[in-house]
Amino acid sequence: MTALHTSGLGKRYRRRWALSDCTLQIPEGRVAGLVGPNGAGKTTLLQLAVGLLAPTTGAITVLGGEPAGGPDQLAKVGFVAQDTPVYAGLSVADHLRLGAHLNPGWDDSYAQHRIDRLRFDPAQRAGKLSGGQRAQLALTLAIAKRPRLLILDEPVASLDPLARREFLQDLMEAVADQEISVILSSHLVADLERVCDYLVVLAASRVQIAGDVDALLASHHRLIGARRDEASLPGDQQVIHARHTDRQSTLIVHSRHPILDPAWTVEQLSLEDLVLAYMSQAADAAPGRRPVLEVQR
Amino acid sequence: MIEFHLDSRSGVAPYLQLIHQVRHALRLDLLRQGDQLPTVKDVAAGLAINPNTVLKAYRELEYQGLVAARPGRGTFVTGTLSGSSLAAYAPLRRDLRRWLDRARGAGLEEESIEALFLSTFRSASEEDIA
Amino acid sequence: MIWLTWRQFRTQAVVVAAGLSAFAILLLVTGPHLVTLYRDSALASCHSSCGTQADDFLTTVNSVAPYHLVYLLGALLIILLPAVIGLFWGAPLIARELESGTFRLAWNQSVTRERWLAVKLGVVGLASMAAAGLLSLILGWWASPIDQAATIQPVGGFENRFFPVVFGTRGIAPIGYAAFAFVLGVLVGLMIRRTIPAMGVTLAVIAAVQIVFPLWIRPHLITPVRNVSTVTVGNIQGLGVNPGNQQIQNVMVAAPGVPGTWIISNQVTTASGSTSLGTVPQACQGPLASGPQACFSALAQKNLKSVVTYEPPDRYWTFQWLELGIFLTVAVLLAWGCFWWVRRRLS
Repeated sequence: MTALHTSGLGKRYRRRWALSDCTLQIPEGRVAGLVGPNGAGKTTLLQLAVGLLAPTTGAITVLGGEPAGGPDQLAKVGFVAQDTPVYAGLSVADHLRLGAHLNPGWDDSYAQHRIDRLRFDPAQRAGKLSGGQRAQLALTLAIAKRPRLLILDEPVASLDPLARREFLQDLMEAVADQEISVILSSHLVADLERVCDYLVVLAASRVQIAGDVDALLASHHRLIGARRDEASLPGDQQVIHARHTDRQSTLIVHSRHPILDPAWTVEQLSLEDLVLAYMSQAADAAPGRRPVLEVQR
Repeated sequence: MIEFHLDSRSGVAPYLQLIHQVRHALRLDLLRQGDQLPTVKDVAAGLAINPNTVLKAYRELEYQGLVAARPGRGTFVTGTLSGSSLAAYAPLRRDLRRWLDRARGAGLEEESIEALFLSTFRSASEEDIA
Repeated sequence: MIWLTWRQFRTQAVVVAAGLSAFAILLLVTGPHLVTLYRDSALASCHSSCGTQADDFLTTVNSVAPYHLVYLLGALLIILLPAVIGLFWGAPLIARELESGTFRLAWNQSVTRERWLAVKLGVVGLASMAAAGLLSLILGWWASPIDQAATIQPVGGFENRFFPVVFGTRGIAPIGYAAFAFVLGVLVGLMIRRTIPAMGVTLAVIAAVQIVFPLWIRPHLITPVRNVSTVTVGNIQGLGVNPGNQQIQNVMVAAPGVPGTWIISNQVTTASGSTSLGTVPQACQGPLASGPQACFSALAQKNLKSVVTYEPPDRYWTFQWLELGIFLTVAVLLAWGCFWWVRRRLS
């Protein structure tokens, strides 16, 4: 089953298209990273997935169902919004009670155990928690309802490095334990590298590339060699990003087949290099010219 | 029990690092037959990495005949690597000495020799696995 | 969901409940003495034509320390209650969640938006109606001696219960106002998405309705009775003169004397229906040394008509039910608006 399936999805606010022509098929069982610069449409896509927004064009299904289409659908998907809203006037224990009352699938022992392990004072008002603690509380609420899919919108963006590491550790523990799929967005690739096995790059309100991380890294290479025009490359090698000096060309290409041309030094890319290449491509390109690439295993 | 760590700057894929650390521990006799490897959950939580990465490493180790997964109980060491000591590879050692002499004779400094060796070694490993 | 609604509503509920309870205690403490005053007065034993006894009783009430104040306080409280409910129970209900972003937490639990809204509207809406109903009940109980007397003879600031300002402070109508004000607050908060501006708009609309409805809508709910009678010496009460041009400005005439009537308008016109009554008669000019009799006779000779439109007292409860019905219907429509807004517009 696909965790998230969109087809031609678009969302417009007045004049501006926050997201356009988005076609994705993220399989279940993955930790999918949604990466892109601020304003690229990540929050829009995630909010469309949980039914907080309605599409302007196109279609979207989550775990085979309509986003927020009913109590069952809501129970299947856990969501943590950007800057992790919590009820400032309610205590930590109250939040757990909220979860217990509003979710038939609530796992109270898990939630209590997590609160204990995080060393939260159950009587403390949520408004007094630090940013990292709020994020952990929100994550607890999302996971304790036993969803099949967790959607996290920039969960660690405003956290210090220690809080960030702890959040990701707890997330990975839950994924290992409960076989949840995860879709999380970030504008920092470093967060995603350790954690994601599926990647979607969103830039300029469009999907630039999407696919399994292993397949992406296997099909993208850095070519270094003597100065050469990009058009001279064979058709099945698509240049994503190019840099030239008077003597040397450094190209980042996408190719399904191994590159055997001895004129090139072929190097592996890191995930960050790959994302940056696509993001600069999007920044340079005129809107609407680049097609969506999808790399499938 | 072995404890894993990750060097995110090394350019080596995480699952390969895990495999190397297990093999290294086996070689140094820090891991013995019958020892249990940390659970996928513990490794994923400890290192904040995707559990599939750990699974991939453990599967590869199983394929190499070094560990076996027992459903419901964990992954246990079944093979061994410390049998043959390095001394048994004298011819290889000699070849390596000769190569080192040639490299020094060509004018390479210590750092350059190390860089040349490591980059060739790495790209060769990556080509093998990929 | 009920637990969550209560938990979020707790503080506001307790504050209003405390205020109303304090006032209820005040009423309970002063009520019995008022009853005793009534029983001891001549009014209690009077059976017909009790105007003077009623007058005496109300004057007594006025002279005993807290009663008039408590009466006014009660009227004020129940008039303000819809606004308080609209502002503090209604407007923040959803606006606060939208403002702080917590709706993103609430709407991703396993309850649909519609159910979430329905429970909140239901629980707090019922609480609003209960608060208004209880206040009206206890205030009505406390003021019943005064109301009975004022029905016979309105005196000293006490009017009969059909009188526009008093009408909204008794009976079942306040329940409708409270429901309406609450749902209005919720819808405004939903549309404006900010609590403080929503409170302002809600207050403005409630105030407008509370002024406009009694003045311009209520009189037309049931066509009033229209009674035309001749102005005679017997029923003239006074004369108003425009000193600049010696024109009669108005003539005060006693209205038909059925107790508990709601007089909507009381006008004096000429026989042909015109409201310009002509010049002041000679007998009314200058100081009236021998009393007003001659002046009144002169006025009576002008063959003026007294036109009174009124609602008879037996229509009082019809009006109460009508008003409750209208405000509840509007509340239901506004609630439907809330659902529509939540479902579609929050995208």
